[in-house]
Amino acid sequence: MKNNIEQWSDKKIQRRTFFSFAGFILAGISGWFSWKWYRNLPKTNHKLDQTTRNVLGFNEKVKDKFFSNNNMTRTYPKTSAAKRPRLNGFVGIQDNIDVEKWQLEVISPSGKPSTYFQMQDIKSLPKEEIVFDFKCIEGWDQVVHYGGVRFSDFLKKYNLGKKEGSNEWYKYVGLETPDAKYYVGLDIESVLHPQTLLCFEVNNQPLPKFHGAPLRLIIPVKYGIKNLKRIGKMYFSDTPPRDYWHELGYDYDVTL
Amino acid sequence: MLFVSSIHLLQMKEIEKKHPLAIRWFHWVNFPILLIMIWSGMLIYWANGVYKIQIGDVIIIKFFPEWFYKMLKLPYRLAEGMATHFVFMWIFFLNGFFYVVYTLISGEWRYLIPTRKSFKEAWQVLLHDLHISPYHPPQSKYNGAQKIAYSAIILMGFGSLVTGLAIYKPVQVHWLTWLMGGYSFARALHFILTIGYVLFFLIHIIQVIRAGWSNFQSMITGFEVKKNITPPIEEKPEETPSPIIEA
Repeated sequence: MKNNIEQWSDKKIQRRTFFSFAGFILAGISGWFSWKWYRNLPKTNHKLDQTTRNVLGFNEKVKDKFFSNNNMTRTYPKTSAAKRPRLNGFVGIQDNIDVEKWQLEVISPSGKPSTYFQMQDIKSLPKEEIVFDFKCIEGWDQVVHYGGVRFSDFLKKYNLGKKEGSNEWYKYVGLETPDAKYYVGLDIESVLHPQTLLCFEVNNQPLPKFHGAPLRLIIPVKYGIKNLKRIGKMYFSDTPPRDYWHELGYDYDVTL
Repeated sequence: MLFVSSIHLLQMKEIEKKHPLAIRWFHWVNFPILLIMIWSGMLIYWANGVYKIQIGDVIIIKFFPEWFYKMLKLPYRLAEGMATHFVFMWIFFLNGFFYVVYTLISGEWRYLIPTRKSFKEAWQVLLHDLHISPYHPPQSKYNGAQKIAYSAIILMGFGSLVTGLAIYKPVQVHWLTWLMGGYSFARALHFILTIGYVLFFLIHIIQVIRAGWSNFQSMITGFEVKKNITPPIEEKPEETPSPIIEA
């Protein structure tokens, strides 16, 4: 180890001490004011300041570098699934609707009339089941068992989500409850993920009302807030569709 | 000029260079950043504040009691907490990363990494500091207890990054989440590490106060003036006042 003992004059000691403390105090003050500056930035972008939104956007770009549809959420045996999955969030599903008369409206991007799908149109697709660890943005998680069809199968079968006369996907999919009180925006990569399902069953039983009857989204690559219950409308866009929790200050992407 | 420099020699004091500027910088940047990470982490944790220490039916500590949340104005700020956490994580990460790189390149790691005798030494330091034993082992820059504590805190920082990533992107890094014992276990680890920082901080503050001002000052100035001042010439400096030095 190098010898750290040196002979310094009083003057040098005083000068070094003075400048070190001056620098320390100055750095402390500028740190404090930087924090104050950051905290006082106007909340112009959905309850967050633009700087924070920019960093969250950067985080999303970093995520895009290693996001892959080959990255699967871990699956579990059916016996691990919660018998009574936790209920959380009732926005958009409080009204009683006639499940028999329900239909899914897919809004045409080119301004043509909407297309309507019945439950049998969805159930005619190959059935998929998933038992996975559902993660709520609040911090809890629970192994749940859902059944439905792949979102990607639905889009491909009915030729939805691609630009007219092109093989190019729209960048985003928007989903809303029939009353439009709850709505989410999803990037197309996550929608096309093989574990992203349009579900009509939980624990092999038809969905109860508050789990999103008759059709809900299960998207394991996102927090629960994106797993919209009781899908009423679907639309496609190249700009991010409005998103309920994003408007309340949450990150738009929330990819897990 | 010869006269002046000889005066100079008389005024010499022995100092020990302790902390390079880079180390001081990393240390003092880390302090407020870690504070922000803990605070924003608590804003997040509140939304699912389920941890407690319990023996049988008796709850020893609840993380956290209502009064604690209220006192720090934590409730209903999940979105703000997440946003802040995911902004400042970069500074926490970069500061820690450059600290480790610097420590490796500069050779500072030699002072830091515990050796075989550090553990015995740490035990002796502990007995000494608790006033059980009068003996304090001789130390270089850091004693055994410090070496272990400061190395552990680096590992803990790394642990926070790893468990944090495991719960931030549990599907994209599913192998890491699995390695950390699963999602909820990784979340608990992430929380326990934070409690670890708080405990470290408390002991650190007590020890810094005990070590005295001169030691604390060296974390700002980088050097410590040794108590045994040995002027190279036996004359007393006061007897040869110099207008140049006074100026």
